[in-house]
Amino acid sequence: MSVARFWRKIPQRYNLVGTRCESCGRHYFPPRSFCPDCRRGGKIVEYRFPGTGKVVTYTVIRSASEQFENITPYVLAIIQLDEGPRLTSQVVAKPDEVAVGTRVRSVFRRIMADGDSGVIHYGTKFVPVK
Amino acid sequence: MRDVAIIGIGCTTFGEKWEASFRDLFVEAGSLALADAELAGEHIDAMYVGNMSAGRFIEQEHIGALIADYAGLSTRHIPSTRVEAACASGGLAFRQAVIAVASGMEDIVVAAGVEKMTDVGTGASVDTLAGAADREWEGFMGATFPGLYAMIATDYMHRYPLTREQLAMVAVKNHRNGAKNPIAQFRSEITLETVLSSALVADPLRLFDCSPITDGAAAVILAPLERAREFTDTPVKVLATAQASDTIALHDRRDISCLDATVVAGERAFAMARLPRGKIDFMEVHDCFTIAEICAIEDLGFCKKGEAGRLTEEGVTALNGDLPVNTSGGLKACGHPVGATGIKQVCEIVQQLRGEAGARQVDGEIGLTHNVGGTGATVVVHILGVT
Ligand SMILES: [Zn+2]
Repeated sequence: MSVARFWRKIPQRYNLVGTRCESCGRHYFPPRSFCPDCRRGGKIVEYRFPGTGKVVTYTVIRSASEQFENITPYVLAIIQLDEGPRLTSQVVAKPDEVAVGTRVRSVFRRIMADGDSGVIHYGTKFVPVK
Repeated sequence: MRDVAIIGIGCTTFGEKWEASFRDLFVEAGSLALADAELAGEHIDAMYVGNMSAGRFIEQEHIGALIADYAGLSTRHIPSTRVEAACASGGLAFRQAVIAVASGMEDIVVAAGVEKMTDVGTGASVDTLAGAADREWEGFMGATFPGLYAMIATDYMHRYPLTREQLAMVAVKNHRNGAKNPIAQFRSEITLETVLSSALVADPLRLFDCSPITDGAAAVILAPLERAREFTDTPVKVLATAQASDTIALHDRRDISCLDATVVAGERAFAMARLPRGKIDFMEVHDCFTIAEICAIEDLGFCKKGEAGRLTEEGVTALNGDLPVNTSGGLKACGHPVGATGIKQVCEIVQQLRGEAGARQVDGEIGLTHNVGGTGATVVVHILGVT
């Protein structure tokens, strides 16, 4: 991945910056320019998610692509943030510490190292809330 | 709109075909289809070819023209178009060809699919396949393609009474069918134990829950139904063509375990064919992973959510069952050269309808194909019947 391609999304990747539609109250991550419900009638504002939510579903990746090979096995999950939006991320935990419904909070972590450039990419992962 | 018929089919063997290049593969499939229809290349009016990622698999783009050229048709200058929708590229190419004939724009049209996947290493092909999902918000977070289907399986098994053994029975059944198919990549039967003791890829999915990496090509030839008997005594009529889309990312779906695009494409197809589910005699569904076949049977409306595992265990979907599913061996055993799969599904239904399926022959007059792109962001459904 090119450096520019990753850095372009740094506010979202580092800080879970999404959007909220002030007309209907719905939250979006990643951010959207238009509310699919309200369209042009919606008023979109930036919203930084505090990063609390729960595991909707998950898996343990044992066989990964090259950029992620060195961290296998790792827990991959779909997280539902408390405001509603869902996203795919990793849960930093042992596989038996994660279940459907597990409460999680976001943390800032190394995501992957780019094979070609050696650049290390950071972003948001999650940890179980004890 | 005109009625459309399939007048010829051709398919290479599927597998790790070190000796065959991308060009060899589609030339072989196209030649077989032309011979089957007793046609020569100069009769062809247009071509559509399904291909997911020649750019990454063999560093070649511009596949439409390439295929027409190596099919020996460069001096005829026919329109030739590449169609891409990840693993649904083949089904979509077939649909475009059907629309071209139905509209009256073209008469004799080739729909082909081809993928040459083994010229790159496994890591590179896994990464290319991950491009069928959302690279920005799934792939960059470490999602693999099996990982996404594994998350469907986790959600499904949390909500419905599907056992790990029932999931394995999908693979056992499809290998049993594949063993009877001369073109299949895997021609040996497997046991439940083979599946359950194979390596975990992404929990709960194991190696034998996953379709393989495959080289292969398939082609079919379409004509207006009113002209079909000029070419063949056994034309197969296209009773319905339907397509639907959904969110690219799995996490944005209404329901993780239900492919809404399958539901909608299925409903559109049955409405177009004016047929109830009960008229379908057999079908080829998109079993890129065992859980995908379970979801497909349910989402197409053949049973309620949560019941397909039990139907599989009871043998309903086996060759001798009431609704044989994936008589070809499916993606699991026949192989999954992604762009070719949707066309191979059509070839299998046509072989069955003509009574040319040999040891895996089942009875019936109407069959269905179901081809999925990504985790369900594109779904293409076709219903085919004897005339
Ligand atoms: Zn709104």
